[in-house]
Amino acid sequence: MRKLLKYLKGYRTECVLAPLFKMIEALFELFVPLVVASIIDKGIGNGDVNYIIRMCIILGGLGLFGLIFSITAQYFSAKAAISFTSKVRHVLFDHIQKLSYSELDETGESTLITRMTSDMNQIQNGVNLTLRLFLRSPFIVFGAMIMAFTIDFKAAMIFVGTIIILSLIVFGIMLSCIPLYNRIQQKLDGVLGVTRENLSGARVIRAFCKENDEIDEFHGINDSLTKLQKFTGKISALMNPLTFITVNAAVIILIYTGAAEVYKGILTQGAVVALYNYMSQILVELVKLANLIISLTKSVACGNRVQAVLELEPSVKFKSEEVINENGKYIVELKHADFRYKNAQENSLTDINLKVKPGETVGIIGGTGSGKTSLVNIISRFYDVENGEVLINGKNIKEYPSEQLRSFFGIVPQKAVLFKGTVRDNLKWGKKNASDEEINEALEISQAKEIIDQKEGGLDFEIEQEGKNLSGGQRQRLTIARAIVGKPEILILDDSSSALDFATDSKLRKAIRNITPSPTVFIVSQRASSIRYADKIIVLDDGKAVGQGTHDELIKSCEIYKEIYDSQFSREGSING
Amino acid sequence: MDKKNKVDRKSALKKVLRHLGKYKIQIFLSIVFAAVTVALSLYLPILTGDAIDLIVGKDCVDFDRINIIITKTSVIIALTAVLQWFMNTINNRVTFQVVRDVRNEAFEKLQQLPLAYIDSHRHGDIVSRIIADTDQFADGLLMGFTQFFTGIVTIFGTLAFMLTINIRITLLVVVLTPISLFVAKFIAKSTYNYFKTQSEIRGEQTSLIDEMIGNQKIVRAFSFEDESLEKFDEINDRLTKASVKAVFFSSLTNPTTRFINSLIYAAVGLTGAIGVINGQMTVGGLSCFLSYANQYTKPFNEISGVVTELQNALACAARVFELIEEEPQIPDAEDSKSLENVKGNVFLKNVSFSYTPNRKLIKGFDLKVKPGQRVAIVGPTGCGKTTLINLLMRFYDVDSGSVSVEGVDIRNIKRSSLRSNYGMVLQETWLKSGTIRDNITMGKPDASDDEIIEAAKATHAHSFIKRLPNGYDTVISDSSSGLSQGQKQLLCITRIMLSIPPMLILDEATSSIDTRTEMRIQRSFAKMMKGRTSFIVAHRLSTIREADVILVMKDGDIIEKGNHEELLKLKGFYSKLYNSQFDV
Repeated sequence: MRKLLKYLKGYRTECVLAPLFKMIEALFELFVPLVVASIIDKGIGNGDVNYIIRMCIILGGLGLFGLIFSITAQYFSAKAAISFTSKVRHVLFDHIQKLSYSELDETGESTLITRMTSDMNQIQNGVNLTLRLFLRSPFIVFGAMIMAFTIDFKAAMIFVGTIIILSLIVFGIMLSCIPLYNRIQQKLDGVLGVTRENLSGARVIRAFCKENDEIDEFHGINDSLTKLQKFTGKISALMNPLTFITVNAAVIILIYTGAAEVYKGILTQGAVVALYNYMSQILVELVKLANLIISLTKSVACGNRVQAVLELEPSVKFKSEEVINENGKYIVELKHADFRYKNAQENSLTDINLKVKPGETVGIIGGTGSGKTSLVNIISRFYDVENGEVLINGKNIKEYPSEQLRSFFGIVPQKAVLFKGTVRDNLKWGKKNASDEEINEALEISQAKEIIDQKEGGLDFEIEQEGKNLSGGQRQRLTIARAIVGKPEILILDDSSSALDFATDSKLRKAIRNITPSPTVFIVSQRASSIRYADKIIVLDDGKAVGQGTHDELIKSCEIYKEIYDSQFSREGSING
Repeated sequence: MDKKNKVDRKSALKKVLRHLGKYKIQIFLSIVFAAVTVALSLYLPILTGDAIDLIVGKDCVDFDRINIIITKTSVIIALTAVLQWFMNTINNRVTFQVVRDVRNEAFEKLQQLPLAYIDSHRHGDIVSRIIADTDQFADGLLMGFTQFFTGIVTIFGTLAFMLTINIRITLLVVVLTPISLFVAKFIAKSTYNYFKTQSEIRGEQTSLIDEMIGNQKIVRAFSFEDESLEKFDEINDRLTKASVKAVFFSSLTNPTTRFINSLIYAAVGLTGAIGVINGQMTVGGLSCFLSYANQYTKPFNEISGVVTELQNALACAARVFELIEEEPQIPDAEDSKSLENVKGNVFLKNVSFSYTPNRKLIKGFDLKVKPGQRVAIVGPTGCGKTTLINLLMRFYDVDSGSVSVEGVDIRNIKRSSLRSNYGMVLQETWLKSGTIRDNITMGKPDASDDEIIEAAKATHAHSFIKRLPNGYDTVISDSSSGLSQGQKQLLCITRIMLSIPPMLILDEATSSIDTRTEMRIQRSFAKMMKGRTSFIVAHRLSTIREADVILVMKDGDIIEKGNHEELLKLKGFYSKLYNSQFDV
């Protein structure tokens, strides 16, 4: 949390003034019992009605000044807290955008979203409350005590004792409840988990007739939540009665000792009333302080989590100087490349060697988990290789600045994600200033033209978040168009025709082949048919390249390729092909 | 469906009260305790005031009577504290138990809702009804219990006590108090719009965050970081401005009401002090009055907060009750049969079905399947393949026509009996949180270790399970198991392999398994399907080729029907589909 506080810097004035003004307000409040005491002692004692009126006007005045200072304080603290959070939010968003795939894998997108949203709100609340109350409440508690000292030393000692006992009670109960609240939260998460799982597995649960088992499980976990809640409730229910006893016991002692002092002539009647009033002020503020501390611990925890994200260093670092483009013999070259995911036990790719000439089509095939996606991810430097090197146009990939490197690639990821906005907006992701002509051309190639023409508004058709108003196949074709529109030198299709039927898939491949100037294409696929006619096929098994060559070569030389092929085509099928 | 079942606040309140009915005695006790504690704690300032009256000045203190008052006070304090603790504990118990009851009811309902409901509602929304809304409801209920009731008792109690001391000042307090309420209400009303704007912009920002951060990898891949930050900042700036307004204006309530209270306090002080001079009341009475004036206005402020909280709680309760009162699926008929000795005769007769009334998906569908036949279903997406499975398993009911097994209409068969005769593997793998063993034995809880291992070996799942940290006892969950999609699918197949029911439904059952592994488990599949009626949905044509009957579906209709060779000869849709995989 501490490192976040530097973003408060621009609001130093507000951060000082807000608590200060709150303190002044509290000070006015502390004067009230004194004024009342003098009304009793001087006004009533002397029967001086004018004096009483004056004092009551002072009471009203104290209230008015309190109001003015308090409103100013509220404004400063709201401004500081919100501007601070908004700045942190901006910094965090910017930072997350700079993270490499490794950090994204490790942290998980959903965690990052929580950091950006609910954690931020919690932090804002915490800062706002702290600026407003953190000084005020202790100030009133100790202020009341000091005021008591100005009245009478002996009586003030009662205050000291009461404050100590009250603090022990309030903070003792709080502290013992905080871990219980955490456990309740965990149990609640458990109940949530069971519910969510039950919904996502509704079909399987019903197919196995497990409804009653599910209900039993839910009852069990729900019961244990309720038990814990009741237990915690019992403890926190002690707070009111215990503080009630303490304060009122203190009042009794106060009256008893006060009576003796008044009898001796050390104290006046009004002073006893004042002391009595101070006592009630203490309790209210102490409870406020305790609540503040609870929400503060929550905010600090959120702040620490946000800070932890900010401390993540992007593992892939880019140079800033642009590389002069020479046309190398090979557009992509891999030399003894090893790759391992962070914290993984084993390599995902081992000793990969590959040379690709401009305009060639490379097929990458292999079973699940064989490293196909990892391979294209190191070619586009979403991850860095562990050993060996990746060359683009003859230069080590690490020499390129981010923007320049990205401009080589058009990437179609496995998951077909589109963004809220028009079709045109979405395609412009691939080329920021693309003309309608270019966009239409890309749609034509990706076999999506027909779909878009049928949609209301054509290119202006509004796509919903994540492309929910399109089918899987339609989304996939648009993501392909998005990658093509910038006419990239290297096009990567990561299993991106899985939702297309064979006929559309083959039309698509034909169209891509006819793009001029022809891009270098990497096709990752599980379908042998998708890569059959590639210039070069690389067969992966368990992260190793077990075969490299054309279809005809591999079918003879590579056992695994042959197996994959045969598993998808019958013997009579191959006659066709 | 939602509109029909809208539960308004009033009926939500009725339902809450009905749920509270079970705890009548406890609630009654709580109310009695509340009344007593409030009365006692209001009596304390009077006693203190009396004591102060006895402390007049030097040499003028009546210690004997003070001692009596102090003893009385001590007893009252102890009694109040004990009753207060009882009351709080009872309130907690009742609240949490009611919430537990409501949650249980909602979850039980979930098991009876038709799948149509679960399919057509966002799961996040259902979950938030059962978890977040119920939680909010609990908070409101608890607050209502503890503050609403005691607040009201305090107001009336204070009024009564004040009246016994001095009628004029009491009237003054009664007349002035509404000002503070009025001001609080005015502020709340005028800040409402600021809050609305704030939450609108916040919603906008959240969905942008969801979209961009949720798909950060794609944003990176297209170097779209700057644009997305720009969009974010624009919203962020707007949010900041709106938030400052909303937070600041809403934070005016407390200081303002505090100010008005201090005016009331000053007025009471003035009239009270003059009253003392005129001999209408004592100093102790004044001190008592001042502390009442503070106490009297506080519950008003609290109650207005509690009322909003309660309204919110009722709105949340209404959302849970909406779920609880959803129309359940048609229950099994009293005389519904259990299937015995299922051979695998399945007959679909003139079946029509649609998810939405105006879009017929399946119409006039006929299919007769003999025992042991292998039926493959192919066709483009959205052609109704999965729908057919929904109907076979009776996840959905047909609109017209009938589905029957062994000559019995499935609507006359117990759901549990029908479903346990099918073994189903779906494309979307679903595993329960628990051990691998729990998941495999779902269909046969009493399976022995040998049986489990045998089944896992048959599906080639054994080798990877063995390598997991705790083997078959490794705990997995659907979302974070570290298992690949293919491995999950193997587990789902093993689950069926362990207790092979007489009929099988395989919906893209091997879509995530690489073709080599698929080939290896082919033999087990063949064994599994031997002699069993099976329905297979697949888009890998290699899986389909060996079926006895291939149904080619398009737009909810069977357009071609026959075995592989017959369909190829037909040179229709199927042969086009089949041959396209050999194209360039």
